[in-house]
Amino acid sequence: MSAEAPLVPALIAERFGGAVEDLGFAHGIHAFAAPPDRIVEICRFLKEQPELRFDFLSDICGVDHHPERPRYEAVYHLYSLPNKWRVRIKCRLGDPPHISSVTGVWRTANWHEREAWDMYGIVFTDHPDLRRIYMWEEFEGFPQRKDFPLRGYRDTLNPFGAEGRPPTQPDLATKDIP
Amino acid sequence: MTEVTELSRPEGEASAIKEVLLNLGPQHPSTHGVLRLVLELEGEYVARVDPHIGYLHRGTEKLAESFTYTQIFPLTDRLDYLCPPSNNLAFALAVEKLLGIEAPIRAQYIRVLMAELARISGHLLITGALPMDLGAMTALLYAMREREMIMDLLEMVAGARMHTSFCRVGGVREDLPAEFFPKIREFCAIFPNRIRDYERLIEDNRVFLKRTRGVGVISAEDGIDLGLSGPNLRASGVDWDIRRDEPYEIYDRLEFNVVTRDEGDCYARWQCRVEEMRESMRIIEQCLDQMPEGPFQIDMPTVAFPVNKDRVHCSMEALIQHFDLAAYGFKVPKGEAYSAIEAPKGELGFYIISDGSEKPFRMKVRAPSFVNLQGLFGVSNARYLADMIAVLGSLDPVMAEVDK
Repeated sequence: MSAEAPLVPALIAERFGGAVEDLGFAHGIHAFAAPPDRIVEICRFLKEQPELRFDFLSDICGVDHHPERPRYEAVYHLYSLPNKWRVRIKCRLGDPPHISSVTGVWRTANWHEREAWDMYGIVFTDHPDLRRIYMWEEFEGFPQRKDFPLRGYRDTLNPFGAEGRPPTQPDLATKDIP
Repeated sequence: MTEVTELSRPEGEASAIKEVLLNLGPQHPSTHGVLRLVLELEGEYVARVDPHIGYLHRGTEKLAESFTYTQIFPLTDRLDYLCPPSNNLAFALAVEKLLGIEAPIRAQYIRVLMAELARISGHLLITGALPMDLGAMTALLYAMREREMIMDLLEMVAGARMHTSFCRVGGVREDLPAEFFPKIREFCAIFPNRIRDYERLIEDNRVFLKRTRGVGVISAEDGIDLGLSGPNLRASGVDWDIRRDEPYEIYDRLEFNVVTRDEGDCYARWQCRVEEMRESMRIIEQCLDQMPEGPFQIDMPTVAFPVNKDRVHCSMEALIQHFDLAAYGFKVPKGEAYSAIEAPKGELGFYIISDGSEKPFRMKVRAPSFVNLQGLFGVSNARYLADMIAVLGSLDPVMAEVDK
């Protein structure tokens, strides 16, 4: 388990002030809550700050907190190879969920973000290639949302699915929403 | 087709050649499962590659939200099905972090022993399968012979050859049987010489060397940028192993080397895996020597079934507790935890958000193969279609883990 590093919250507080909330250190990870509109700036700072150097993006993960509001969340797990520290950044997102892509900071974000789009419908603006990754292009709905039935919706291929239709998904063009 | 990578080609040659779109897979022996690559070819040069995945998507994460914590173990088996004990271990560690408990020392040794056996079994397959992709059948057949010995050992311990589900939250399912120890000592005596045999089979194979040495080079910067981990990143010269850098279980009591190579090509990735098998053998021997006597399961009747059921038979409260645990599972305190281990393929992470109930609110699997497959975009000099096969094989993706 990584050790606690008081330097991490200190440097983040110095740079971003109250905008990034410190959620404390637990189970080997420093957690922060960040405003979604500044995620790229925060990630770039964590990656390039010479004392922090969180150069490895472990994971990006979507979460659906239905019926809580704001409903969605994007969670970033970062690792610093030189310092062996871990950081988690959490961004709460409204409906329809959208957040800037961090593919410009780490290329590995590409598939992680495609997965979050595919499973939760989180739109990553400025993503170079936001397509579904697991499901096929014609698939309707976002299967890991809490209101998507576990067995899917009933159709000719899925006789045991639930009644009803998935709610209409936002068009990919909504990438442009501010 | 949109964002895909540009692979370099010799200058001046490609302009006269018409581009061809080639579909490789999903049913193709060298894709190691159901992977489909859409390749844009200029003659025999690969200009772009666009992997299509998801043919094996089973919705593990969605399913896990409707399962109790104990029921999730069999799901984790089916991620990287070549090494289930490591997947079990990663999941158990995440839940134990949330519960704030630790398995007894003997259980930790057993888990590490199993995980290292699994690492050898996973590496053995790719050690043989990569040469097979490139036309050398022999190594795979020998590798399978040794893999069979590991399968027998796993069967002896867990009763199953592949999907062991041997871990439990707070320990392991049962103690190692007495007949296991002579068998694994026998394996320890035989195996190091066998590793030497594979090396001799491959190291002098000129075709294999020509097709892997200097092919598919991934630089350390590209590797980190693309999120590669495990042997794939260590072959590019990044000295990072979670077992050493963030020791979990009893890895801090064990002595082992972190194998790195500087070349970053297909051959270096293959070599790293062979060398790691040797280190795993060392770990296994140390585990056997150091393993103390003691309980294999935590003494906590709310989480683990009691080893000794006397109380359950005599006390009403203990009986109710036992029934509760069997019927509904155990509750995990509200919170979230991310636990990463060094699985054979790289960093395997489980991120669990608990809402205080018996089932996870959200379970995210950071599957190493899923990320490692993106290494295809970081390859700087795989020019030919045939090189693509070598690169893919050397990245060692297991499609069940890629697709979750």
